[in-house]
Amino acid sequence: MEIKVLGSGCSNCKRLYEYTKQAVDELDITANIVYVTDMIEIAKANLLRTPGLIINNHVVSYGRVPLVDEIKEMIKKA
Amino acid sequence: MQFIKDIFIAINDIFLKMSWLDQLVRWFFKDVIGLNEESLLFSSITFFVYDVIKIFILLTVLIFISSYIQSYFSPEKTRRLLKGKKGVGANSLGALLGTVTPFCSCSSIPIFIGFTKAGLPVGVTFSFLISSPLVDLASVILLAGIFNWRIAIAYVVVGLVIAIIGGSLISFLKMDVQVADFIKEARQIGCASDLVEETMSRKERVHYAFDQVKEIIHRVWVYIFIGVGIGAIIHGFIPEQFILSILGDRNPFSVVLATIVGIPMYADIFGTLPIAEALILKGVGIGTVLAFMMAVTALSLPSMIMIKKVIKPKLFIVFVSIVTVGIIFVGYVFNAFSYLLV
Repeated sequence: MEIKVLGSGCSNCKRLYEYTKQAVDELDITANIVYVTDMIEIAKANLLRTPGLIINNHVVSYGRVPLVDEIKEMIKKA
Repeated sequence: MQFIKDIFIAINDIFLKMSWLDQLVRWFFKDVIGLNEESLLFSSITFFVYDVIKIFILLTVLIFISSYIQSYFSPEKTRRLLKGKKGVGANSLGALLGTVTPFCSCSSIPIFIGFTKAGLPVGVTFSFLISSPLVDLASVILLAGIFNWRIAIAYVVVGLVIAIIGGSLISFLKMDVQVADFIKEARQIGCASDLVEETMSRKERVHYAFDQVKEIIHRVWVYIFIGVGIGAIIHGFIPEQFILSILGDRNPFSVVLATIVGIPMYADIFGTLPIAEALILKGVGIGTVLAFMMAVTALSLPSMIMIKKVIKPKLFIVFVSIVTVGIIFVGYVFNAFSYLLV
């Protein structure tokens, strides 16, 4: 599974990255989590608000920091 | 009419100016603690305590109300509303939407890219990006609480005018090509599929507004304490003569000075209000004080460093100069007509 956290390095983006790591740990799955700060990548994802969460190339959340449980649900659905 | 006016003034005094709180704090330090009412320490410490409590009460209520209103707007919706529009009308709409569209400053880059990719004129995007930090719903009401409604309304109008003229000038100077190359490339790749706009129920909006209150207070409380601290020092310890010789009417460059000092500073508008309040109490002109506040909020080093990554130097210089000149101009105009406002 490929998970990307997109953000420009603000506190919310870092928090989302931490939450995502926690969600993956708690689900006990193997996933490749990448923290993307490259603006070209963010532009390509068509995001207007950071932080964004992308699972297997699908934007599942943007502009807010979902809770760990929500992220788990998003991972399960993907 | 007089009756209605009295009620309005009473509401203003109780809820916005909180004169009762001022009296309570003064009573506490004079009669309970036993400080000398004439001392400098007394005026500093009462200013600090009264202002901190007042700003936090107002902030909590105002952020809640404005976040609830803002939950009806989003950058995605704004982009949709602005799409395909051109001319001064589009700049005006962009500036207006800037005041109600919620986004944190770290999202200004994705917004700039996203708007530009959608084909919005760069000038319209700039109208949006200039007005957004400058004219904020909550801060306007706070401005009315600290000064008065005439100043608050004048501030809104002037902030919007700077955003509209600034953006229009950027369009007029044909700056659309002056964006970073990677955005042009991204534009060619396309991927225009808009993300689904999330709709919220009333419960979710209330939840969102509560979250915003927590988040914003968490983010700005340090600036408020610093701002009120500086305000309290100005209020109690710095002689009026000294301040007026630098920022008063006698110095013809007071507005320019206030603007230049304010530009690199990075603070939320909530942090600059107590400083503004203290300066006004010392007799500094309203235009000088507003120029300082606008310079701090509209332009700051971190935001300039960020925006510089997505636009070319030419547009960057145009943007910074337009905003700077606009703020200085507004400062002098407000000083000249201050008798109408204070």
